[in-house]
Amino acid sequence: MIRFFNWLFPHPFLTLLMAVVWILLQNEFSWGMAVFGVILGVIIPRLTANWWPDRPQGFRIVKMIGYVLIVLWDIIIANIEVAWIILTRRNKNLRSVWITIPLDLRSPEAITILAGTITLTPGTVSADMSNTGHHLLVHALDAKDPDAVRDDIKSRYEARLKEIFV
Amino acid sequence: MNWAEIGTYFAAICLFVGAFFALVGTFGLIKLNDSMTRLHAPTKVGTMGIGMILLASMVYSFVQGQGSLHELLIMAFLFVTAPISANFISKVNIHRRSCDTPPELAKTEEWSTLVQREEDAGAHPEQTLSKG
Repeated sequence: MIRFFNWLFPHPFLTLLMAVVWILLQNEFSWGMAVFGVILGVIIPRLTANWWPDRPQGFRIVKMIGYVLIVLWDIIIANIEVAWIILTRRNKNLRSVWITIPLDLRSPEAITILAGTITLTPGTVSADMSNTGHHLLVHALDAKDPDAVRDDIKSRYEARLKEIFV
Repeated sequence: MNWAEIGTYFAAICLFVGAFFALVGTFGLIKLNDSMTRLHAPTKVGTMGIGMILLASMVYSFVQGQGSLHELLIMAFLFVTAPISANFISKVNIHRRSCDTPPELAKTEEWSTLVQREEDAGAHPEQTLSKG
């Protein structure tokens, strides 16, 4: 029974996400469309499962929601800070630096989310990865202390992502 | 004040804030003078500017009585795709040496953009780019 469930829903979260996106695309709720969204959400992950063999097995949705809220809050704060820097600081006083972040995460999906989070937060852009995948290159617009930025990213985002992808 | 009025004022404030951040982002694009720092300005337009304007659109559609949630999808797709274009632009900057060279890594590792493959050996960076 459990094996059948795992076969039918190789990625339960993806099934849920596709159904929700389908209903949102309709922009008005009707039960027929909801059922069709669930059908799509079952069929598409099932058909594509063979091309995604090492997908993350554990994924904690509740912690992910908390993570998204934290990131949204950080985006608002960082936006105001960067707007202030752009409006008031002279170009030559900007202390923009490259920051190398050693990664503890190994799953490609988790590293992608971390890099996307860093870029979405104004003030930092993730630029490159090392060829072994153990370091991330980040460009900071204005960093008084590059080590503090690195530790902040590691403790605030990477530690949480490590708990989400188990 | 009923709910419709509060919603309208809220939408107006959101529009104002979104427009302000879009303006600051555009101003930053003109003012900053280095190709890497310039990349930081549009991220603000992409997150706060667009986000606030979409929020205003969503709130106003509910005030008008025909609620729309399409804006959530637009925001989600933007947030997923924007980092990828920023990543590509910074990779091009590193390739063309139009910014400071990134710090060196320990001896067995290299930044993947700077890895020299055999077919690139001896080629000038610009030539490698135009070959695509």
